[in-house]
Amino acid sequence: MPFRDTTETIAGCKTRIMRGGSGAPLLFLHGANGAAHWLPFMEALSERYDVIVPEHPGFGASDMPDWLDNIGDLAFFYLDVIDHFGLDRVNVVGQSIGGWVAAEMATRNDSKLASLILVAAAGIRIVGVRKPDMFLWSPEETVRNLFHDQSLAEKALANPPSTDEEQMVMLKNRLTTAKLGWQPRLYNPDLEKWLHRISVPTLILWGDNDKVIQPEYGPAWADRIPGARLQTFAECGHLPHVEKADDYVASVSSFIEESAR
Amino acid sequence: MKFYFMHLMPYADLDPDYDQKYNSAWITLPNSYYDPEKGHVLYNRYLDELEYADQLGFDGVCVNEHHQNAYGLMPIPAVTAGALSRRTRNVKIAVLGRALPLLNNPLVVAEEFTMLDNITGGRLIAGFVRGIGAEYHAWGVNPAESHGRFHEAHDLIVKAWTEPGPFTFEGKYYDFEYVNTWPRPYQQPRPPIWIPSQGSSETIDWASHPSRKYTYLQTFTPVSMLAKYMKMYKEVAEGHGYEATEDQLGWSVPLYVAETDEIARREAQPHIEAFLNKFLRMPKEMLLPPGYLSLKSMMGVMKAKSSIGSKQTIDSVMEKGMFICGSPATVREKLEQYQKEIGFGHLLTLLQFGTLPAELTRKNMEIYAKEVMPYLRDKTAAPATAAAGGAGG
Repeated sequence: MPFRDTTETIAGCKTRIMRGGSGAPLLFLHGANGAAHWLPFMEALSERYDVIVPEHPGFGASDMPDWLDNIGDLAFFYLDVIDHFGLDRVNVVGQSIGGWVAAEMATRNDSKLASLILVAAAGIRIVGVRKPDMFLWSPEETVRNLFHDQSLAEKALANPPSTDEEQMVMLKNRLTTAKLGWQPRLYNPDLEKWLHRISVPTLILWGDNDKVIQPEYGPAWADRIPGARLQTFAECGHLPHVEKADDYVASVSSFIEESAR
Repeated sequence: MKFYFMHLMPYADLDPDYDQKYNSAWITLPNSYYDPEKGHVLYNRYLDELEYADQLGFDGVCVNEHHQNAYGLMPIPAVTAGALSRRTRNVKIAVLGRALPLLNNPLVVAEEFTMLDNITGGRLIAGFVRGIGAEYHAWGVNPAESHGRFHEAHDLIVKAWTEPGPFTFEGKYYDFEYVNTWPRPYQQPRPPIWIPSQGSSETIDWASHPSRKYTYLQTFTPVSMLAKYMKMYKEVAEGHGYEATEDQLGWSVPLYVAETDEIARREAQPHIEAFLNKFLRMPKEMLLPPGYLSLKSMMGVMKAKSSIGSKQTIDSVMEKGMFICGSPATVREKLEQYQKEIGFGHLLTLLQFGTLPAELTRKNMEIYAKEVMPYLRDKTAAPATAAAGGAGG
């Protein structure tokens, strides 16, 4: 399935968007490493859905707008994105920091959402379950800690960002991740107070060996969002969409089908 | 040229084998490595050394600010400066610090600096820095806000010193109903301002602006870099239509002088190498958190074969002019040549570094003060200029 790679100006920000497939809209919100490429799981989902993958303002090929200060700014930005495309009954899938953005957006306004899927989401804090300090990890530690299966880490380490453009994108993604999540570290103390406002079917996905945001966070999210369901992938790290792509696509698809009924 | 004795106050009793278990003397090194009994002795020894500089005829003493580390025990430099303000008579006291972006209320700096300025009758030199990257790990302040917070905090402090209070302040990071700093500065309209930097064209652009004309202080870099940045300052000033004075340029460098070149090298070696490889040790992620440098500067760092983390020796730093070491004649010759070529007006020498013990520190200070300083004072006597930092500027 071919995808379209375009740039749209939304809220004054030139935003790179990949979009492919047809069916119910699925908005994928990426994590700290951005969304430079159309990955196999996107291709698989695009066989059933209209898959929309923006690069967040401040990430990848999208601009760094003056208004971007915190995660709430991205939440409102994505409400603008939904309006910009005239989307309705959108299925929002958020990965890590993207999951945080998705939850912030849904607490503000979930009237255009059909379902919400949060995958290894940042955004809340469990006192005593301190997320490890990823900002002190070396590049190698970072890659290793993303995966359960270290052969996947080896593969990624064998192909580091090599061109100037790729390195620049990596630094830019890291900078914006710090901007959004350095202090307080990767959560918003106000968010969990309002998670009860989320009224759409919600699925929480987690890898059982997530070394970036511990699996204990899965039940914490499920407890705080009314009716939310939790599913854990065995032998899986922080990136289920990469490490367990088939299971991930199956879970996402069946939840979206179920929510549509 | 003016002469300053700079101290970092390292925890010289640090177990040198700490690095078999920890990758840095900063942030993550457990403070159980610190023994308060030894610390008490060190603090008083170091303060004695700073006071001795006053007696030896230095123009100033410089204290420093770093957090959560064994490299320097001055997290709150106003405490050090406060102790010195009553025990010294003639020296300027330069606080280099203060790391403005770390503060939730930068007016604390406006207050502590004016207190020091009043107590000393105008001997304060006010340093403003962003802190090194490790500070952002130590204090949890967002490094991506570092530049923005620095500039806003600076504007607030200078306004608090130079405009009648009370006034309101409405910034992005700081918003105050009442800014009305008591006491007002002793030096009018304000103390001289120094900007220490490891080398940044952005900082030079800002510091050299005609509305500021701050003293730019290059810290611990090869002489070739020193020359490059000092030239840059002068050129930017020229672009603004004025000529930078040597009062606007300073250099901070570790130095060891002894009876002969051979003795100097032998005595200094273990201590400068401890400084380089034990106390300065930190991984790149700690030194350069995201946002601390602009993306462009960060790309430059990525591309440069960085010496961060790699072992350095006394020879490698002497060769680059990052460490001045030798007999009085050798040291005089080097400094005279650099000063002539580069034209800095403030020379900040770190005469204690790493594990250098008390007796060698004193010997170093005495030989420097007796056999280097007077010679260079004569040779580099520039036309007298007003206090640095363009008081009034």
